[in-house]
Amino acid sequence: MADSQIDKGYCEGIETDHHKFRVVKNHLVQFLVYLALFSALVPLFSILYEVVVRGFSTISIEFFIKPTPTVGEVGGGVANAIQGTLITIGLASFIGVPIGLMSGIFLSEYGESKLSVAVRFFYDVLSGIPSIVIGVFAYALITRSIGFSVIAAAFALAVMMIPIVARTTEEALKLVPMSIREAAIALGIPRWKTTVTVVLSGAKKAIVTGLLLSIARIAGESAPVLVSMGFWRWWFAGLDRPVANLALNVFIFAMSPFENWIALAWGSALVLILLVLGISVAARVLTRGRY
Amino acid sequence: MAVKFDIQNLNAWFGLKHVLKSINMKIEENAVTAIIGPSGCGKTTFIRCLNRMHEITPGARVSGKVLFNGIDIYDNGVDPVMIRRKIGMVFQKPNPFPMMSIYDNVAAGLKLNGVRDKKILDAAVRRSLELANLWDEVKEDLNKSGASLSGGQQQRLCIARALAVEPEVLLMDEPCSALDPIATAKIEALIRKLAENYTVVIVTHNMQQAARVSDYTAFLYLGELIEYGPTKQIFENPKHELTERYLTGEFG
Repeated sequence: MADSQIDKGYCEGIETDHHKFRVVKNHLVQFLVYLALFSALVPLFSILYEVVVRGFSTISIEFFIKPTPTVGEVGGGVANAIQGTLITIGLASFIGVPIGLMSGIFLSEYGESKLSVAVRFFYDVLSGIPSIVIGVFAYALITRSIGFSVIAAAFALAVMMIPIVARTTEEALKLVPMSIREAAIALGIPRWKTTVTVVLSGAKKAIVTGLLLSIARIAGESAPVLVSMGFWRWWFAGLDRPVANLALNVFIFAMSPFENWIALAWGSALVLILLVLGISVAARVLTRGRY
Repeated sequence: MAVKFDIQNLNAWFGLKHVLKSINMKIEENAVTAIIGPSGCGKTTFIRCLNRMHEITPGARVSGKVLFNGIDIYDNGVDPVMIRRKIGMVFQKPNPFPMMSIYDNVAAGLKLNGVRDKKILDAAVRRSLELANLWDEVKEDLNKSGASLSGGQQQRLCIARALAVEPEVLLMDEPCSALDPIATAKIEALIRKLAENYTVVIVTHNMQQAARVSDYTAFLYLGELIEYGPTKQIFENPKHELTERYLTGEFG
């Protein structure tokens, strides 16, 4: 008897105002969540729309094969800036990726020492330092001795990459289950070989995502590049000289008084976005696993 | 029969926790030795001490001697990597390498230890899979992912992977606890077959399993070796009261 009374009481409770209120609350919060999503997407799509529409009208064959125009010159392109940006990113990755990757491996695989706690802390600090400060650091360290140069810019960008690569690599490696490491170690595979083969290949996708994030981040940096390398309107002329740069194209051309330069700024912005997208797609295809 | 392991005064710790207390026992060659006992009694730690896997856990420590073919594996000059090649291990949960094919999983131990010759690898993969009673089920799919197999097949794949490096001993840590009865029966049949040429040490929660597959049984309780002897004697005529109470299901 007691049971049925409980049941009855429970059933009676179902159709209450309290329940209706909960339904209303649910709809309200759902609405707020969608609103937040929408307001986050509006700026993204309006930027993309604006850049694509304006940038697309500047794009022509000439745009891709000609270098930066001089004052009064009609047309001109961003070929040298594409070359320069690729060289700068490549050089920065060449310095930053190995250091970042190895630090990440250290933090994840050998990581419960005082040193690793300190390293982790300083990487967090480093990734919070404003990029202009890193630019000034590169200026003081390199530009002042060998002059405005692509090496200085690549160094500054590498310093920005290292903490991002290290922390994402660490997180990616920590997701590889311990049982996989044990399986390899129990086969008589040395610890370092276990890390290099089994563990890294298990975390490959997540590590590549981290690398791409860091490359995307530095490809669009203008402040540290401007301070350490400056603006350059010619082709690559050696590692101790500056190179042209897409982000700086946007910065310099957008403020110029000439119509065709402003158009070039939009075009450069579009190319920059496509470049980052291209690198990202290429890296994903190249590292696509079989399973 | 020859003695494969002569364990003398083996103690093991996790940090300050003393999990194995002065274990002394001899493990026979080409026989199946089962380690039984309630949860947390140190069964897993015990077999992990036999191939020096215990020490890879941070804070873990071992003392005492484990003579393997007469050589103390904890001696200063002994390379744990070489020990683990001689003494293979199969874990509680099947753990095939997820990014590798069935073929590569089995070949991994050889490949990563520098064997490049395709003929040798092919032969080793086939031999190991046949030995693990898995060849007929996967011979058409050697390039498929190891993770695409069923749980029981994955466990046999892990056994094949351990056998491919030609160990002398196979340590098995509750190899059937994640498997259904049919898969369990297959693994048990396999264990009997392996005992012809390998020394097998198996940790199990399941007393019937120990009775079915093992020649010798050791009963551990709270880190101490309570009783050790031929399986028939342990099950039919236990000498120690604790063993009898455990076997009759009084605690577990």
